[in-house]
Amino acid sequence: MVEFGISLLVLLGAAFALLGSVGLARLPDIFTRLHGPTKATTLGVGALVTASMLHSLSSGGGLSLRELGITLFLFITAPVSAHMIAKAAAKSDK
Amino acid sequence: MTVLRKIVPYPLLSLLILALWLALNNSIGPGQMLLGAVVAVLVTRLTAQFWTDRPKLVRPLLAIRLFLVVIIDILVANWKVAYRVVGPLDRLRADFVDIPLDIRDPFVATILGGIVSLTPGTVSVDIDRDRWTLKVHGLDIDDRDEMVRRIKARYEAPLREILSC
Repeated sequence: MVEFGISLLVLLGAAFALLGSVGLARLPDIFTRLHGPTKATTLGVGALVTASMLHSLSSGGGLSLRELGITLFLFITAPVSAHMIAKAAAKSDK
Repeated sequence: MTVLRKIVPYPLLSLLILALWLALNNSIGPGQMLLGAVVAVLVTRLTAQFWTDRPKLVRPLLAIRLFLVVIIDILVANWKVAYRVVGPLDRLRADFVDIPLDIRDPFVATILGGIVSLTPGTVSVDIDRDRWTLKVHGLDIDDRDEMVRRIKARYEAPLREILSC
């Protein structure tokens, strides 16, 4: 039952990482393209990280907090890099 | 106390870095504790000049509430944006929106920009500190005024209450 949940989370995470890449490839300009990767980092990595924590818990590895650190780093750095790219693009347009 | 204050100028930030260090190493052994403490103190001291005066956290419970609201919004908005990314692209109404801010603190405005970027569908582009507006790029905008209202009510208002600014 737990394995089922973990598999579902891994698949969900992979699907959103893929959707983020599809967005990056399909969308027409730099601003719309920025929207793809934000999805991959938020829900995609979020689901994968939750799966990793669940797996560690259920396989007797104890509660692993490393994943929370990874999430925190991503949530802090992703918006900053997106903001800098968008700002640079907006400034160079003028 | 003042001596301690000199060695550890940012106690809360140092504690956070120590906690993060221990979490990343998945260990609370004495060795990692010591190493983490050294890193925590060194990092805060080396970056001290980047830290401006920040407003105080006055409503911690409301902060947790805002955190949960943002998480839920990320979950919901992800599905909507995923649907648009694989759908017909010519139907997207992508555009810039200027959101007039009530925040007058660069640090808090940056947090708001981060939240806006993390929730899918919107990316913060520029924080104008002369006119205090947040320029946002939306992937598919139904109603500009509605979007501005939503961001102000859902994120900006609680942020101002939490950090009393």
